[in-house]
Amino acid sequence: MKGLKPEDIKIILATDCGSTTTKAILIEKKGGEFRLIVRGEAPTTVEAPFEDVTMGVLNAVGEVEELTGRKLLDEKGQIISPAKGNEGTDIYISTSSAGGGLQMMVAGVVRSMTAESAERAALGAGAIVMDVIASNDKRLPHQQIQRIRHLRPDMILLSGGIDGGTTTHVVEIAELISAADPKPRLGTGYKLPVIYAGNVVAREAIKETLGEKVDLDIVDNLRPVLERENLLPAREKIHDLFMEHVMAQAPGYRKLMTWTDAPIMPTPGAVGLIIKTIADQEGIEAVGVDIGGATTDIFSVFLGVFNRTVSANLGMSYSVSNVFAEAGLENVMRWVPFHMNERDLRNRVKNKMIRPTTIPQMMEELIFEQAIAKEALRLAFIQHKSFATALKGIQQQRTIADAFDQSAGGLTLVNMMTLNMLIGSGGVLSHAPRRQQAALMMIDSFLPEAITRLAVDSIFMMPQLGVLSAVHPKAATEVFDKDCLIHLGTCIAPVGESSARGGKEEKDILEYNFVMPDGKNVEGSIKSGEMRRIPLDLDEKTGIPLTCKASLNPHRGFDLGAGKGNKVETTIHGGVSGIILDGRGRPFILPTDPKVRVQKLKEWMLALDIYPKEALERL
Amino acid sequence: MGHAYTPGLKVTEKIQVTKRRILPLKGDVLVKVGDKVKPDTVVARTLLPGNVEPFNVANVLGIPPEDIMFHMLRKEGERVKQGEIIAKSKSFFGLFSSECKSKAEGTVESISSVTGQVLIRGNPIPVEIKAYLDGEVVEVFEREGVAVSTWGSFIQGIFGIGGETHGEIKVVVKDNTEVLTDKLIDRDCKDKVIVGGSLVTADAIKKAVSVEAKGVVVGGFDDKDLRDFLGYDLGVAITGSEELGISLVVTEGFGQINMAEKTFSLLKSKEGKMACINGATQIRAGVIRPEVVIPYVGDMHKKEAKVDLENIGLTEGYPVRVIREPYFGHLGKVSALPPALQKLESESSARVLEVEFQDGTKAIIPRANVEMLEE
Repeated sequence: MKGLKPEDIKIILATDCGSTTTKAILIEKKGGEFRLIVRGEAPTTVEAPFEDVTMGVLNAVGEVEELTGRKLLDEKGQIISPAKGNEGTDIYISTSSAGGGLQMMVAGVVRSMTAESAERAALGAGAIVMDVIASNDKRLPHQQIQRIRHLRPDMILLSGGIDGGTTTHVVEIAELISAADPKPRLGTGYKLPVIYAGNVVAREAIKETLGEKVDLDIVDNLRPVLERENLLPAREKIHDLFMEHVMAQAPGYRKLMTWTDAPIMPTPGAVGLIIKTIADQEGIEAVGVDIGGATTDIFSVFLGVFNRTVSANLGMSYSVSNVFAEAGLENVMRWVPFHMNERDLRNRVKNKMIRPTTIPQMMEELIFEQAIAKEALRLAFIQHKSFATALKGIQQQRTIADAFDQSAGGLTLVNMMTLNMLIGSGGVLSHAPRRQQAALMMIDSFLPEAITRLAVDSIFMMPQLGVLSAVHPKAATEVFDKDCLIHLGTCIAPVGESSARGGKEEKDILEYNFVMPDGKNVEGSIKSGEMRRIPLDLDEKTGIPLTCKASLNPHRGFDLGAGKGNKVETTIHGGVSGIILDGRGRPFILPTDPKVRVQKLKEWMLALDIYPKEALERL
Repeated sequence: MGHAYTPGLKVTEKIQVTKRRILPLKGDVLVKVGDKVKPDTVVARTLLPGNVEPFNVANVLGIPPEDIMFHMLRKEGERVKQGEIIAKSKSFFGLFSSECKSKAEGTVESISSVTGQVLIRGNPIPVEIKAYLDGEVVEVFEREGVAVSTWGSFIQGIFGIGGETHGEIKVVVKDNTEVLTDKLIDRDCKDKVIVGGSLVTADAIKKAVSVEAKGVVVGGFDDKDLRDFLGYDLGVAITGSEELGISLVVTEGFGQINMAEKTFSLLKSKEGKMACINGATQIRAGVIRPEVVIPYVGDMHKKEAKVDLENIGLTEGYPVRVIREPYFGHLGKVSALPPALQKLESESSARVLEVEFQDGTKAIIPRANVEMLEE
């Protein structure tokens, strides 16, 4: 940072080099707090004919210059630093997922133990995990060798065994890697980086087996004892190697690396970092989702443990057909309140896949696309829940009370009841024509329980704030709070079985009383199977969500976090969509009778003002 | 005037097509610059390292891994045959013996005294690269491959399946609107590239395979039929390695859509000529579209009036194809490019353009939902 102290930093320039777009943001300290000033973007220039990432960076920064009038580039096209008057920036930082991001293969001995810990380390560092090789992954050794040979990862993370345990299995895996002789994805002039983070006793044997064929780095065991993971050394090494090898091979990155004041971070790694930082600082449990064209990333922090998963083939354009194939036609169509011909529908999905940049022009198409998004999010979240677990393979001390609950360990950490905040990003959520649509997509797919705040990162600023949080945490959290998120509001969903499944008598399940900011009381009750929206907006001046005191009284059999039938007094945050009362019960089951289902869907969509009334009546 | 750019698919009467034909590993190039090649000419060849067969000899013999070297009959680097005894052990003063046979033919790659594992590397696998085009070698990449070039007609499809092949063009439909059914395909289609109109039915594709046609080029294909034909639902558009006995090039999209008039007339005018086709499609960064190349036979160095059209982007009067509902597949010309964002029926705000269709009617379409019809 050129010797600047954090308190001297007033202007921050940050970029995120995505695979298609490079986004630049300018942050300035004004009146004692950091705020986003402007955002610019330009196409990424990693691929031919440009093959120099810095061109896209300069174009995006150029747009920031135009919009602010602040001169950031000198005559030679260099970023001016430090800032003086209306020129330059104090620090410049960047993230990158261009050129396919960081692609890794991980290996371990037992699939559900060391291999899973290695996978967690790689995902947490922001990598795409191409495959997980383990002694017990049910593939024969020659099949594993074929697979390793076929993949061309940026690096391999090898782990296995607890410290002092047996060495044979992990060395066996190393032998397979050696036999496969894998080549790095980018460039041919260097050896493939392999990180060994396994049993310390096996280090010498690993060196002998792999030392000559690959560029071997050894770090602390990521599972030194069964009961504990130690992922940090492996993650840090991944970031170092990402800079040294992967980034250095990508066109123009050597130059970009000399410009930045902090190491360039893989984009998803940076997003994870900001979510973890916010959750730690505010003491909340949070889930973040980024649904893209090809993949869906989910980040979560529960009980202070951070997890990230990437669902490689769940996305809204390149992978849209796969969402359809995995979820099944019925599951997608259950969210659509009108009939569509199957043959026509399948063709539409495939046409979106082969022409991924098209957008829905008709309301009918938008509704259908949002139905697909709900299923993509639902499936990605199922994968996340099964991955974000307590460590497996640990002997658990049980009391007599546990005797009837014999699970094998590895229960999911994801607890929707204690989840405080759900943050969405990615085109289909961020650019939904009505914000309520984003809220309902997240509610229907994640099914938040009790009281959960909802937000979207409308301009996907989280990557830049993630890398900033490593350099200047205060600036990162201030901008995150005030400028990054568009607060949608709060979902209040009592947990309990709803009786409204096919026209049964609908009973009240929750009584509420909100004391609004103007002092007025809004009170009422919500019936089983009903949804309602109560406006509670953002503060006009500050853009910060307004709050209200709430008294929530769930009926017998329904729980809002304080136990069944127990009253909850709390503060509720508003947002552009306000308070959403969801009386559909948890577990949530849609009516099976098509007529009732369509009627209910329309009822909810009208209650929350999701789509125009006339469109719902027409379709 | 507003300006936009949505690249379209190339359909052109005459263009120089150059293809790089590269080996997966370094090897031998069998042709030189200036050589005339046919699609089946082998231009480069190499040997891929054989598959590795690992097996744990220590476990088979029941010995500790560190003793393995005392029991091996073959050393690293030595050749072994399948079934040959490569290790032996004796116990109880030589009364009992056990042996370990090689599971594969090849070379002993490594023997590990840590794990007791022995790796046998199988025989090298030969790989040949063919020219694919009827043309001339214009460049040689030492030990890697060549570039083959030809003048010819070039048609880019939107989606395809199956790899590279070639055959004589046979148009079996009356016009670009006719559906290609099984009744239109007979024994005469053997080794041919069949051209259809707006759709190919599932039965027609099966018939084409049964009469051993080389390929099908058609306007549209139903996803349901694709699933039946492939035997699975295609999740992501990465194709080309299917082995279905035929290659398919779809020029417009999924569903029944008339093949663009220009594409159909071009194919019709080339009936009886040889076409090189490739169904390989990859819709990710670094897009690959399926293609039809109809090489001109003649001197490739003969100066042709090569018109390098500067891509000036989407402008008024430019021909476009609508690529999403409600006007999917319609062709027309850009009649206006309003610069401001406009609200669509779906309530999304987007940049739009006005298209005048061939029947004179006009419609407002998001710019993202049209593609340019390229020369």
